[in-house]
Amino acid sequence: MADLEAQLAEQVTAAAAAKRPLRIAGGATKTAILGRAIEGEVLAVGGHSGIVSYQPTELVLTARAGTPLTEIEAALAERGQALSFEPPHFGAGATLGGTLACNLSGPARPWGGSIRDMVLGVRLINGQGERLRFGGQVMKNVAGFDVSRLQAGALGTLGVITEVSLKVLPKPQATMTLVEESSDADAIQTMNRLAGRPWPITGAAWFDHRVHLRLAGEPEAVQAARREMGAMAEGDESFWTELREQRLDFFRGAVPLWRLSVGSTAAPLEKGQATLIDWGGALRWLRGGEAAHRQDQAAKAGGHASLFRGGDRTGEVAHPLPPALVAVHRRLKAALDPAGVLNPGRLYGWL
Amino acid sequence: MTDRVGLVGELRAVVDPQFVIADAETRRPFECDGLAIYRQMPMLVVLPGSADEVAQVMRICHRHNVPAVARGAGTGLSAGAMPHGEGVLLGLSRLAAIRAIDPLARTARVEPGVTNLSISQAAAPFGLYYGPDPSSQIACTIGGNVAENAGGVHCLKYGLTVHNVLAAKLVTVEGEILELGGPAQDAAGYDLMALITGSEGLLGVLVEVTVKLLPTPERAQVVVAGFATLRQAGDAVERLIGEGIIPAGLEMMDGLAIRAAEDFAHAGYPTEAEALLLCEVDGSAAEVAAQIARVDRVMRSFDPLRITVSQSEAERAALWKGRKSAFPAVGRISPDYYCMDGTIPKRELSNVLEGIARLSRHYGLRVANVFHAGDGNLHPLILFDASKPGETERTEEFGARILELCVKAGGCITGEHGVGLEKIRQMPAQFSDAEIAQFLAIKAAFDPTGALNPGKGVPLLAQCREYRAVSGARF
Ligand SMILES: Cc1cc2nc3c(=O)[nH]c(=O)nc-3n(C[C@H](O)[C@H](O)[C@H](O)COP(=O)(O)OP(=O)(O)OC[C@H]3O[C@@H](n4cnc5c(N)ncnc54)[C@H](O)[C@@H]3O)c2cc1C
Repeated sequence: MADLEAQLAEQVTAAAAAKRPLRIAGGATKTAILGRAIEGEVLAVGGHSGIVSYQPTELVLTARAGTPLTEIEAALAERGQALSFEPPHFGAGATLGGTLACNLSGPARPWGGSIRDMVLGVRLINGQGERLRFGGQVMKNVAGFDVSRLQAGALGTLGVITEVSLKVLPKPQATMTLVEESSDADAIQTMNRLAGRPWPITGAAWFDHRVHLRLAGEPEAVQAARREMGAMAEGDESFWTELREQRLDFFRGAVPLWRLSVGSTAAPLEKGQATLIDWGGALRWLRGGEAAHRQDQAAKAGGHASLFRGGDRTGEVAHPLPPALVAVHRRLKAALDPAGVLNPGRLYGWL
Repeated sequence: MTDRVGLVGELRAVVDPQFVIADAETRRPFECDGLAIYRQMPMLVVLPGSADEVAQVMRICHRHNVPAVARGAGTGLSAGAMPHGEGVLLGLSRLAAIRAIDPLARTARVEPGVTNLSISQAAAPFGLYYGPDPSSQIACTIGGNVAENAGGVHCLKYGLTVHNVLAAKLVTVEGEILELGGPAQDAAGYDLMALITGSEGLLGVLVEVTVKLLPTPERAQVVVAGFATLRQAGDAVERLIGEGIIPAGLEMMDGLAIRAAEDFAHAGYPTEAEALLLCEVDGSAAEVAAQIARVDRVMRSFDPLRITVSQSEAERAALWKGRKSAFPAVGRISPDYYCMDGTIPKRELSNVLEGIARLSRHYGLRVANVFHAGDGNLHPLILFDASKPGETERTEEFGARILELCVKAGGCITGEHGVGLEKIRQMPAQFSDAEIAQFLAIKAAFDPTGALNPGKGVPLLAQCREYRAVSGARF
């Protein structure tokens, strides 16, 4: 529960003056996943922690970047609310800032939005050590460019996130999980078809020959949707947590884990059991395989592939960008971090 | 000085000559957007017929170092689409095709000049619609919506434009076409879709947009309740949200707005009320039935003067008509009106409205208030008469004070209408010089010569210092 922003800013200013790269760390639960392995003096944001304000009827919570997700989720639960984007933790120390920097959202993402969708504002230290505020603590704010959402998925390369304001939502009153045997191809059709119906769906995944659906909302609405959806068996709620935290059998072992974010209707990318499908078809997890092949599969399915965990993390792990966008990325990076000291190389080797 | 004749010749070589407009009479309708107190005749109006033509026009402008201002339908309320005197006004109205609708993936790929409402109309046969519904939806374009990050009365539940767009094609100041986003839920690298949304035509020209479509709710019902005081209505809003109800729409109007809207739309509003709440819930029939009962119970516990629950689609449309036509309705009771767009934390509503009432007495100008109560977006409408000497200036000053009041209450100067030219003076009230400098650096990353919509959105630092000195602000 400390305010370390001034100290953090000083460390950034000094690093910028010396052109010394910094490696930003929150709870350090994601050091070995998502981005590239990088060197640099550690900038420890984890101690900059604590909920700054929480107004349940405003649907807004503001917390320092180092605040553990567990602390935030506990505070929300006390008032019957929750983070609609259902963030994965991947370990006990997961922080809010890291979750935004990685743009991590769980199975509810296509319906409950991503953390990027729920961000209302941030406090930020740019690469020159300046302490800045963007967005706000209100639902709508269109003054200035949306630098807050720009942080989502930037892996800290565009600023040190020190505080985040989020839109929070009531926890659904009832939930129900339904399971049915299905091929992957049929499951993709089913999940997309159901997502086009006005039913309270908040999860749709396929794994191990079975499609899993989650309904959440008013008890009457959940029951009514269940009746309309026909004879599906009731499943175990814990499936969604296991899926979110990557504790299902599929995720075990050291074989590199690829994340392919694609158009939700894309046909199965591979035959057999090699895939786990989440986000109603829009997220495909695959094990092993050559980078070029995975990128090709993702591109053909309208999306991008990234080496989420394992494999060679000194090479590129994110999907290559076309030259025109490389230029834009370089110029944006220079606009926010002219000395190039914030997590250089974490997202792309050249950035 | 620009070689206007040479420029016209080059432009007419790439765009159908009749759509490169040089004569004053045909240029005239483009001199302002929906905020008509700001006017400027453009040097030229160009209406390209394809994305490729837009790119070529931008290349020509770039070569001649001529500023370009994009324009959709011109319904903007912050003079964002007001032309530049030495520049090209780039109208996107001819790019109005719906390219593709994918019902299974629930997406629509459209040209930027397509109107907001026509997307929903085209999607309706598939049981789908486009979520954000600004009150101007019959006229405003999706390009303008993305440029302003437009909201609507249903955005508490379904989000703003930024939550409902997946991909875009953007023509850069140099005339290059960038492809941003895609059919997936996220894209590789930086979230450029987020950055472009709400960028007010400062970073590039949108020539194609892919939007998400939502399933049309099985049922929607609205509860309309009139209260004797604004505080009762405000408390009811607080209680609704506190009980875990997220209505599809939650709108509030004050007495003056209620009476103007009722006179105009005959929606059946209680004209004796000082506050009106419209609370809509939608979803499956079972969900709506359950929630309507809860909403009705909460509203009744605050002693409404009158409460109506819509029993048919026709009745629901009629009840909304009053709210959706509130701006033109207020326009009828005054020669002119000036619409403000601040946001505040909901708990500050009573304080801010009292502050506005005080300012109203001070400036001798009436105000009607329309409020997106669910998300704290306040639209005070200042009534004035532009033909009276000095009254426009007084109105603008009054408006500026309201925005400062919103910032002080923990809110911001614009929730959905954008900064444009209008609120550029209030930017330093919300942002420090370092923050403004950061915006300028981002602008320069896309537009190093500052040729895209110059003078809008982000003030220069010299202007900030000037505004601060004038307003004596302590920021
Ligand atoms: C009666 C009335 C009610 C309204 N209600 C609402 C409401 O409920 N919610 C709301 O959010 N707004 C509302 N508005 C404001 C306005 O309709 C919106 O801001 C709308 O998004 C503007 O769209 P447009 O096509 O008219 O854009 P324009 O006014 O033409 O342009 C607006 C801005 O976008 C830029 N722009 C336009 N097209 C492009 C493009 N293709 N590429 C890049 N930049 C572009 C322009 O340069 C300008 O800065 C209302 C306006 C009126 C008059």
